[in-house]
Amino acid sequence: MSISVQNISKSFKDKTALKNISFEVQEGELFGLIGPDGAGKTTLFRILTTLLFADSGTATVANFDAINDYKKIRNNVGYMPGKFSLYQDLTVEENLEFFATIFGTTIEENYDLIKDIYVQIEPFKNRRAGKLSGGMKQKLALCCALIHKPKVLFLDEPTTGVDPVSRKEFWEMLKRLQTKGITMLVSTPYMDEAALCDRIALIQDGKILEIDTPQHIVKHYPKTIYNVSANNMYQLINSLKNYEHNYSVYPFGEFVHYSDKRNDFNPTDLKLYLEKQQLQNIQISKTAATIEDTFMELAK
Amino acid sequence: MKEDTVIIVENLTKNFGDFTAVNNISFEVKKGEIFGFLGANGAGKTTAMKMLIGISNPTSGNAQVAGFDVYKNPNDIKKNIGYMSQKFALYDDLTVKENITFFGGIYGLSRKKIEEKRCQLVEELGLQEIVNELVGSLPLGWKQKISFSVALLHNPKIVFLDEPTGGVDPITRRQFWEMIYKTAHEGTTIFVTTHYMDEAEYCDRVSIMVNGKIEALNTPKKLKEQFKTSTMNDVFLKLARG
Repeated sequence: MSISVQNISKSFKDKTALKNISFEVQEGELFGLIGPDGAGKTTLFRILTTLLFADSGTATVANFDAINDYKKIRNNVGYMPGKFSLYQDLTVEENLEFFATIFGTTIEENYDLIKDIYVQIEPFKNRRAGKLSGGMKQKLALCCALIHKPKVLFLDEPTTGVDPVSRKEFWEMLKRLQTKGITMLVSTPYMDEAALCDRIALIQDGKILEIDTPQHIVKHYPKTIYNVSANNMYQLINSLKNYEHNYSVYPFGEFVHYSDKRNDFNPTDLKLYLEKQQLQNIQISKTAATIEDTFMELAK
Repeated sequence: MKEDTVIIVENLTKNFGDFTAVNNISFEVKKGEIFGFLGANGAGKTTAMKMLIGISNPTSGNAQVAGFDVYKNPNDIKKNIGYMSQKFALYDDLTVKENITFFGGIYGLSRKKIEEKRCQLVEELGLQEIVNELVGSLPLGWKQKISFSVALLHNPKIVFLDEPTGGVDPITRRQFWEMIYKTAHEGTTIFVTTHYMDEAEYCDRVSIMVNGKIEALNTPKKLKEQFKTSTMNDVFLKLARG
């Protein structure tokens, strides 16, 4: 077992950040913590990287106890915090050298591990880290977190605020690292990234709502979901919200995801209702639940 | 300026030294439109937006916002627009009520008007429980909804939203977009940037910036047809890295 968390709780003054959290991550697994800002993800990362004590419960990382063996954990994990935490006034190369030296290694020794990522920022190796673009900062932070060849890598919201192209590239990098045997715990508020993990935990308000593979988690959605579209989105949302039989109404890109309270729901009834509301070009078709649907259902 | 056009941009350019951040962009935005302004990090979105809200002078080109020229009348622009930054910009150590009063005052509203607006906001957003709480103690979703409302206090003609929903939970994200729809429906123009491609679908029209230029501009439906894909995410991926 690479990470084991048993009944971890943590409060700050009167605010509970984590409530009795338990889960395990297998060796070599890419495990996702999926939840919004304020769910408790960062607190959990700080406990597992031995920067914070839990109020109760136990945790092991790379088979070391988070309290008694904290020094061993620090030597064996890489941590990329959500906030950019490298030295802004050191250059790219200086930052990397600094982290290698701290961990008693050299860039050359583990260059293989970071090569794919580092070559993308190498043209800027003499630029100060503070002057890099968001995407480049993120790549440098990943290199620095990897330079001592950690067994477990913690990534706290590595893609928040990052554009879709850079997000895709970042996940491709993580997938390549996984083939090198590194266990990863990664958090994200983007539900579409959840599908790229081996297993995910949905987390909100300090509690885990569900743990499963992304493929299984969507099967837990209790209702049939319909894609509904019409000529006027705003009016469509309002009309659906006012429909007495609605179970859930959520805008989803070009459609509204609609589910109905009734077991014998007939889409034709809904179409008639929407036509009465002066909507046109009404389309209703069945669709599969996504992780985001499941999350919203569980978080209700 | 045509009656219903609230933003006109012609060949707008901004250079920093020998780096061209915004390269000769042109577009128009209509009254009540939800205009999505997309692009990769570093594509020039924020630089362009700063010129449109009157806080950065263009190197060349022309732009009129809410009927005012960006060179000659930047202060009139500021009075007629709302702006919500991607970085939370209300005062953490003031309460919700104090923030509303403060920003109402900044925008020159009368005490009576501020009071009226505050009651309206409390009612619409359901703030009764938290109106006397410090803003810093609120969850991000609440902060963002309040920021948006504060940006609308002075009934601006246009509101600029810079990544308003980053990191916000999926339910709040949707509530936020319902607020956007409502605001646009009432005639305020929305100019919004986002990295969530499902949100791009909610816009009436979307522009995509690549390396300082606008490489595509159309309705989400037409863009998907043009790039022969089924999602805006694929449109973005095809464009943004060539």
